[in-house]
Amino acid sequence: MASFQIDQEAKYTQKHEWVRIEDGLAVIGVSDAGQDMLSDVVYVELPTIGRTVSAGAELAVVESVKAAETVYAPVSGTVVEINDALVDTPEMVNANPYQSWFFKLQPTDSLNSELAALMDPAAYDAFVDANAH
Amino acid sequence: MVDFAGWALPVQYPTGPTVEHQAVRTAAGLFDIDHMGRFQLTGADADLFLQYVQVWDVEKMAVNEAHYSLLLYSDGTLVDDIFLYRLPERWLIVVNASNRAKDWAWLQANALGFEITLTDISSETCMVALQGPKAAEILQRLTALDLNTVATRTGIEGDLAGAPTLFGRTGYTGEDGFELYFPATHALQTWNAILEAGQADGLLPCGLAARDSLRFEACMPLYGHEIDATINPLEARLGWVISWETEFIGRTALLKTKLEQPQRLLIGFEMVERAVPRDHYAIAVGDKVIGYVTTGMKSPTLDKFLGLGYVTRDYTKLGTEIDILVRGQPKKAKVVKRPFYQPRYK
Repeated sequence: MASFQIDQEAKYTQKHEWVRIEDGLAVIGVSDAGQDMLSDVVYVELPTIGRTVSAGAELAVVESVKAAETVYAPVSGTVVEINDALVDTPEMVNANPYQSWFFKLQPTDSLNSELAALMDPAAYDAFVDANAH
Repeated sequence: MVDFAGWALPVQYPTGPTVEHQAVRTAAGLFDIDHMGRFQLTGADADLFLQYVQVWDVEKMAVNEAHYSLLLYSDGTLVDDIFLYRLPERWLIVVNASNRAKDWAWLQANALGFEITLTDISSETCMVALQGPKAAEILQRLTALDLNTVATRTGIEGDLAGAPTLFGRTGYTGEDGFELYFPATHALQTWNAILEAGQADGLLPCGLAARDSLRFEACMPLYGHEIDATINPLEARLGWVISWETEFIGRTALLKTKLEQPQRLLIGFEMVERAVPRDHYAIAVGDKVIGYVTTGMKSPTLDKFLGLGYVTRDYTKLGTEIDILVRGQPKKAKVVKRPFYQPRYK
């Protein structure tokens, strides 16, 4: 079985998004296990800046040689930054999943309770193991 | 691993499909295609039977010649696409894995009155494909058979790494290469021998994803996508395979389509706006849906988003501007020449 990198600073969703809090913003990307399941990423579609969403909303699209998948907002907030570099070099999602953030959200007052509902690194590690293909 | 028509097959090996794809275009790749069905045909009426059940004129085929062909229903739509080998005293018919049971039943149902013996030899034989510009050089290290004598679209029998093997010079990638048939008992031995012989040349084992992207760039049809039981070969631009001089099942219906001209045709297209076209996405012009995508992806060799699909015949001219509906949003594309890729040496 392959073993996947886990960023110890991040929290995780069951859809394999990671979220890290940096300078008060929620930074979101796709985990190492997530990119491995996708296989070679060829296309990324990012949200427009200024869009306000609730946790669980569809915000971005990541497409690989295998499939098109939605990237959901793990927490509520307003899109304040997008990683345009991924549009031209989507393969970065495979090469460096925890540096290849998709978008940054200005979180709401619900941030702490929303984060508490996500998996911590240990729980996510167990989740990936249990769901390994 | 995925389930493919009941076979456990790797979608990719550890290097990933893009690297596998590039290996085949620049060096070589080895494919486990043992899932494909293999039928042996013998008997006094074998040639007559074949003339009746498939579309290519087998009387034109010399011994050791191989050819692509089609099985049609009487309404002219496709049962399957197949590969034929005329071997000394027998025929080998290679069919798609997903259609193996259907093809077998269909051939049996049409065998009445013919003195033939049809044998399913899929289990007792193994089939792998070695594809790429270095395929011949690598394979030559494992056989005394002079591979220069194995011309494109022929099948010659020889010894490969200790196993009696049929060397078919053909493939499904657009590159030079071989499809190899040998006793199933030698499967692992032959697979490992080829991998080892080509290791220094950059040979990689390749999975289903690379097989699909390679055949896609070469615009070779895949059953269930470009061809199926609702599509006829003229729509799929496979008219070159039809021998009109022979009396095969489906000929009458096909002749009618030929005279009336097909209402829809297969096209190749390139995305003008960045997006991944995927099978079943609608193709539109303005508010009007004019067809659908059969296969689409980012071409690893050409680094473009390309697709194949059916459109009504008014929109097939090269350069025609069309929209692909990606998650409901129209994305600009244009009709381009097929095949997308052809190797320089061929």
